[in-house]
Parts: sequence; C-alpha cells; structure tokens
Amino acid sequence: MSKIVAKTGNEAMAEAMRQINPDVVAAYPITPATEIVMIFAKYVADGLVDTNFVAVESEHSAMSACVGASAAGVRVMTGTSSQGLCLMYEILPIAAALRLPIVMCDVNRAISGPINIHCDHSDTMAARDFGWLQIFSENSQEAYDSLIQAIRIAEDPRVHLPTMVTTDGFIISHCLDKIEILDDKDVTAFIGQDRKANNRLLDLKNPTSVGLLDLQDYYFEHRVPVAQAMKDSKKVILEVADEFAKKFGRKYGLIEEYKLADAEVAIVALGSTCGTAKVVIDELRAKGVKAGMLKIRVFRPFPAEEIVKALSNVKALAVLDRSDTWSAQGGQVFTEIRSAFYEAAKKPKITNFIYGLGGREIDLPQLHTVFESLKNIDKQPVVQYLGVRE
Amino acid sequence: MSEKPGWKSLPEGDVVKAGTAAEFKTGDWRSERPVWFPERCIHCLFCWISCPDSSIIVKDQKMTGIDYDHCKGCGICAKECPVKPQKALEMKPERGEETCQK
Amino acid sequence: MASLKELSTRKDPLTGGHRMCPGCGAPIVVRQILMASKDPVVVVSATGCLEVSTTIFPYSAWTVPFLHNAFENAGATMSGVEAAYQNLKKKGKMTEHVNFVAFGGDGGTYDIGLQSLSGAMERGHDMLYVCYNNEAYMNTGVQRSGATPMGANTTTEPAGKVLQGKREWRKDLTEIMVAHSIPYVAQGIIGNWSDLTRKAEKAFSIRGPKFINVLQPCRLGWGYKPDSTLELARRAYETCVWPVYEVENGVYKISKPKEKKPVVEYLKGQDRFRHLFKPGNEKLIADIQAEVDRRWNLLLAKEATK
Ligand SMILES: Cc1ncc(C[n+]2csc(CCOP(=O)(O)OP(=O)(O)O)c2C)c(N)n1
Ligand code: SF4
Ligand code: SF4
Ligand code: SF4
Ligand SMILES: [Mg+2]
Repeated sequence: MSKIVAKTGNEAMAEAMRQINPDVVAAYPITPATEIVMIFAKYVADGLVDTNFVAVESEHSAMSACVGASAAGVRVMTGTSSQGLCLMYEILPIAAALRLPIVMCDVNRAISGPINIHCDHSDTMAARDFGWLQIFSENSQEAYDSLIQAIRIAEDPRVHLPTMVTTDGFIISHCLDKIEILDDKDVTAFIGQDRKANNRLLDLKNPTSVGLLDLQDYYFEHRVPVAQAMKDSKKVILEVADEFAKKFGRKYGLIEEYKLADAEVAIVALGSTCGTAKVVIDELRAKGVKAGMLKIRVFRPFPAEEIVKALSNVKALAVLDRSDTWSAQGGQVFTEIRSAFYEAAKKPKITNFIYGLGGREIDLPQLHTVFESLKNIDKQPVVQYLGVRE
Repeated sequence: MSEKPGWKSLPEGDVVKAGTAAEFKTGDWRSERPVWFPERCIHCLFCWISCPDSSIIVKDQKMTGIDYDHCKGCGICAKECPVKPQKALEMKPERGEETCQK
Repeated sequence: MASLKELSTRKDPLTGGHRMCPGCGAPIVVRQILMASKDPVVVVSATGCLEVSTTIFPYSAWTVPFLHNAFENAGATMSGVEAAYQNLKKKGKMTEHVNFVAFGGDGGTYDIGLQSLSGAMERGHDMLYVCYNNEAYMNTGVQRSGATPMGANTTTEPAGKVLQGKREWRKDLTEIMVAHSIPYVAQGIIGNWSDLTRKAEKAFSIRGPKFINVLQPCRLGWGYKPDSTLELARRAYETCVWPVYEVENGVYKISKPKEKKPVVEYLKGQDRFRHLFKPGNEKLIADIQAEVDRRWNLLLAKEATK
C-alpha cells in the first residue's frame, strides 16, 4: 500500500534508494546532498537494505567505484552535488562509454568560486555533454518518482546509459513536502529484482577485457553508439513513464506544458522554479494575458522536437537558465532551444534570462518582470542577468 | 579501415573477449632470435617464467620451443638460462627467413 | 610454495602479441604475481604503459577478466568491483573465491593515485594492489614521479648544465603502506621469481588489503640493453638500493644480500645515471650511497625491534 508522508527532497530520494535496494552504493558527503548518503548509510546499518555501501574517500573514487561495481554487473547508485560532481567529471564519460546504468541522485548546487552551497544548475549543466541522461525535478514527488523510473530507463537494453536525477539544492532537497511513497513490493516489481547485465566483468567462465585503449580506428565507433542510445532513450523514457502512470497514477513526459495550448507569451524553465512560475502564470491568466510555460523534465536526451512543437505558436518566449555558458550567447537551455528552432518554419522570438545563481531567490515579481519584458521582446538583449545588483 | 567493423556491429561498450592479442603478431619486431638447443636443456623453466612476451612454449611442464610469432627477441631468456658452459638458449641474428613461424 | 613446473600448468594471465617494448619488465611482474594464484583472478589496471600496451582495441593480451577505468583510480575502481563481488557472494550468486589484483605504475600509485589507493587500503577491501614500479612516467615519455630516485635523468627534471637530474629523494611508498596497518605489505623485484611468487602466494592467502611494490626496470626510461632487465633488478637488491622485504602484521622480514655492494654497481649500467659519472659529480654519488645506507639501516632497525 502506498502512503502519503511529509518528506524533504533528500529524504524522498533516500527512501526511493531504500526501495530500489541497490547492490552497491559508493558515495561521499557534500552539502546539500549529504543527507541522502547519511540516511542511506543508516538504512545499511539497520539492515533495511542488502547494499554493500562503500564510504569512499572522495567523489572521484565514488564514481570510480561505481564504474567498477557496475562493470562487475550489479545495480549501482550514488549521490552528489556541485564540487563533488565536478570531481567526478573525469569518470562520468567513462561510465557512459562502458554503457553502465549507474543512477545518481544529483542535488543542484552552484560551483565554486566563490564557494557557495546554494542552488543553481551550473554543476549539472557542465555535465551535460558526458553521455548521462539528466532528469530534473520540480518537487520531491517528482524526484522520488523519477529516481525509481531512472533504474528502469538506465537498465533498458536500448539505453544502457548512466542517469542522473536532480533536485534543486535546499529548495527541494531540504524542504518538507507531502509526497506519496509507493509500496516496497510495487517498486521492486516495477524495477525488477535484479539488473540484467551483459558483459559482466565477474563472468569468470567467459572472461572479457573492459575499457581498452582505442586508437583513431575505433574511438569514433565507440562514441557514436552513446549518441544513438541517447536518441533511443526518449522512447524508453516515455514507455517507462506510461507504465508508471498506469500503475501509480502520476504521468510524466520529456517536457510538461503548462497552459501552453493558446499561449502567446511563455517561459521555459527547469526544476523548482517551475512551481513558482505556475503561480505567476495563473495571476497573468486571471488578468487576461495568454501566458504559459514549458517545463523541461528531461534535459538529456534533449527533447528538441517536442519543445519546438509545443512552442511554435508562441509569439514571445523567455528561456530561464539557472547557469551560464560564459559564451556571451546565453545559458545552456537557451542556446539549445534557439538551435532547435533554427529550421522551424514557425518560431517565437526568443530571449534569455540567467537567474538565481548561487541560490539568489527567484520571486513572483521577478517572474512578472520577465513576462513584462516579452511585450517588447524586440528591445530585449539576447541575454540578461535577472536579479543581480549592478 | 574498410574491413574493420562499423559501430553497429561492435559489441556494446568498450569490451573484447579475453586474449585476442594472441592474434597480433609481434615476431617481426626481432633483430635477434633465441635459438633453443634441446639437448642442452635441463627444463628448469627459468626462461619461461622470465619471458615478458609469454613466448616460451611449455607442454607437460617441459620447455618445448619458442613462439616466434610473438617473441620480440629481447634476449632475457638466453641471459637467464643457467646451463653452462654453453646455454640451451642462444641469441642469433634474425636472418632473412620468415620471422613469424614456430 | 609452487614450483616452476607447477606454475607452468596454470593459466598464463597474458598472451603474447601485446605492444610492450622488447624486454619490458612490466609483463614479467604481472605473470609472476598472477600465476601465484590458484584461484581465479580479476584484474584492474591504472592507465600507464602496462594498460596501454596490453589493450589496444580489439586486441587484449589479458586472458583473465580485466578492467581499466582511468589513471588515478585503480584502488577505487577495484573497491567497487570487490564490493560488487561481496554483494553477489552474500546473496549466494557467486560462490568461488576470487583474488582481486589491481596494477598501477609508480605514477598511478605514488603520485596521482595515492589517495585512491590509501582509501581502498583503509577501507579494508579484499584486494592485492601491485605497483609495477619503473620509477617514472614511462607511458608519457619518462617524466619524474615521486618514485624516481635522486639523480636520475627524466624529461621533467633532466640532467643539464647546472642541474643533475632529480634533486629529491624518492618517497617511501612501501612504508606509507605499512603505516596503513594492513595485514601484508612487501617490496620485491622481478629478478627473483621464487621470492616474488612466494610473496604473491602469501598475499593471496590473506583476506583484506595487501600491497606489493615491485621494482621493474624499464629498458627505455633507464637506458640499458633489453636482456638485462632481471639482472638490473637483482643489482638493485644487492646494493640495497631497493630492499626486498615484507611486513606481515607489522613484523618486518628482510631478505639480505650475501654481500652489500656499492651503489655504483647499480648506477653504472644505466643511461639515466650516466651524467653522475662526470667529473665533479662524485659528491652526488657519495650522497646517494649515504642515503641508501641510512635507509637500509633504518629498515634493519625496524626488523630488529619487531
Ligand atoms: C588524469 C590524467 N593525467 C595524466 C594522464 C597522462 N598519463 C597517462 S599514463 C601517465 C604516466 C604513467 O606513469 P606510471 O603510472 O608510472 O606508469 P608507466 O607508464 O610508467 O608504466 C600519464 C602522465 C592521464 N591519462 N590522466
Ligand atoms: S627473446 Fe625475449 S621475448 Fe623472445 S622468448 Fe626470449 S625472453 Fe621471450
Ligand atoms: S632456461 Fe635454459 S635450461 Fe632452463 S628451460 Fe629454458 S632453455 Fe631449458
Ligand atoms: S617504456 Fe619502459 S615500461 Fe613502458 S613498455 Fe617500454 S620498457 Fe616497458
Ligand atoms: Mg612508471
């Protein structure tokens, strides 16, 4: 039986991990993701899971151990944030190239410097090109649901790619929220008792070598399958979401449209900001403004076609980025959306707002300013920083 | 390049079956080759345990010859051979004859 | 201890056809260590000459299960493999005993991988970590490492008009491992197969973390004729430049050469030390001798005190 409980984002993720009951977890503490690791370690200590927990001495070693364990053929999870994720960067693309379905709880936090513990998306966005699926969450419920789905998605033979599910640091990770926790048995049934691995390193009867050196003649052939799997994963994400909806009632997609059907002005956002934005859109709608929002749930694979289709009738669009590419061409979400629209016959005028760096609050008046600016979008610069003192 | 498999036919991930390097011949790296004199050999297997290229062939716990397909001619085996005064392995210049053969 | 005849009936962990230099000592380390295992082995290797030259896709020289992840993380990677194995064993999905062996070069072990190794040892994973120590970053072209001996010529601390190669004493990694209080730590050479395979057998008989540091002459980086690889290692032992010893549960046992030879006997055959024999560098050689003596006596004292 499922039950409704109050949980923070971290507690919700740790709870999902308990139910997933991975074979190996290797992790290292970092604010705001520490709690996930602590709560899970207690589950291990209390015998609530069968996991071999490797309390490593760094995030680099956490991801390295995850690669070792996953190559050995078992189900593997970890959790981290910010500097910890940065320390993992070297190993993230190796996990993808070896096609290891490691699942990570990633709590979005600004990267140093200056050192800062609060939310933005710069840590996760800098990891966008490493061959990991990236699923963002608007709230704890989504984080919980997505983490469970992530196991199925990552382990699907059409995908076999590592996957990170993110929450926004403190905003979701530390805020109590009412969420529905599924029955343990239902989770097990949904994800399957065990990972079905091919090419196990521990298959002593059929020894293999894993992680070879490629010269010019094979490297390309080992990278393109990652691109293909990423492309194929869209279908799998949707299939898994459909099954999840049928069984448990909550429906997910690659994107979520909020009052977009007839929208003339709209924003694009990821994560917790979407909740705040919905309030603003309702206020605008009450005043007769045809406002809407597109929430990106899955950033990798990038749902370009879906985004273009959903936004093609919008006249003016603001993309909200909680991170910057420092290219003077806007944030990651903006540049990818603008590129997606290049071939489209019908497209909105698009502008970019970079906001909320280092946990700077994004409030209702700020979001109203964004919609206000869309009235004269032609006068807007390509990219502007929202909420920064000059 | 053309006979090499494309990405669609490679196994998933960066994986191969164990031991495929045996198909790769390094015998033509040699400028000298170890020549074995069975009549002097005491089958101590010092050559076998010392060879970096797994190129001393041992059957039924006895030295039986050299794998010239892979032997790189380093000379360690001959140097380690304890038989005196004439060693059971001697390094000889690699002549024009076929380099990769048993 | 297994005889050579008995070892020869075991599976060779490596095939020929790898691309290590002729006469390279690294595959000798691998063969002598792994053939000491009666049980199946699973190997992780750090990036470096050994890994690069034995696994050029689609050719792998490894006949046993093998994983390469990156340069500085062999210890951590093996932690994960071993944790997975313990989990499968706990659940009854694997029953056979497996010996887990991680190989790292001196760069991947003394320097960039030291943290990963230290963590793995401290956490108590059941693994043997073997440093195949050729005393420099050979794969990238003979750069200095924390294992490079004083006075050696490397490409990042070359011998020049004013400097005479490496200016620092090498760090004593084996003693750092002893300080981890793990059940078994040893230092060996490839020129004495019976000692090295005995040490590996001992290591495999012990559960928990084990560490062996094996001096591996590199004909390219050290500059000598390829047939002398084992002989040179033996000279390092005879001059006490590279003491051969083991520390089991804190108790030292040293293999003492019949006669302790002067360090020049070891230095002279190698290109990397050639500049030390130029007039004016006598003091350097004397310093090296003094430091070798000091460390050797320290080691003897450790053995004596138990
Ligand atoms: C993070 C990282 N830094 C640098 C390198 C380049 N690199 C590869 S192997 C190597 C040196 C290896 O030296 P060692 O561990 O002593 O092994 P050897 O090649 O001498 O056998 C270096 C510097 C790398 N692959 N990864
Ligand atoms: S010459 Fe070298 S490679 Fe050839 S068999 Fe002897 S030791 Fe092995
Ligand atoms: S080392 Fe010499 S005597 Fe011993 S087995 Fe080899 S060839 Fe024979
Ligand atoms: S450079 Fe040295 S360590 Fe590397 S393969 Fe050649 S001999 Fe071996
Ligand atoms: Mg080295």
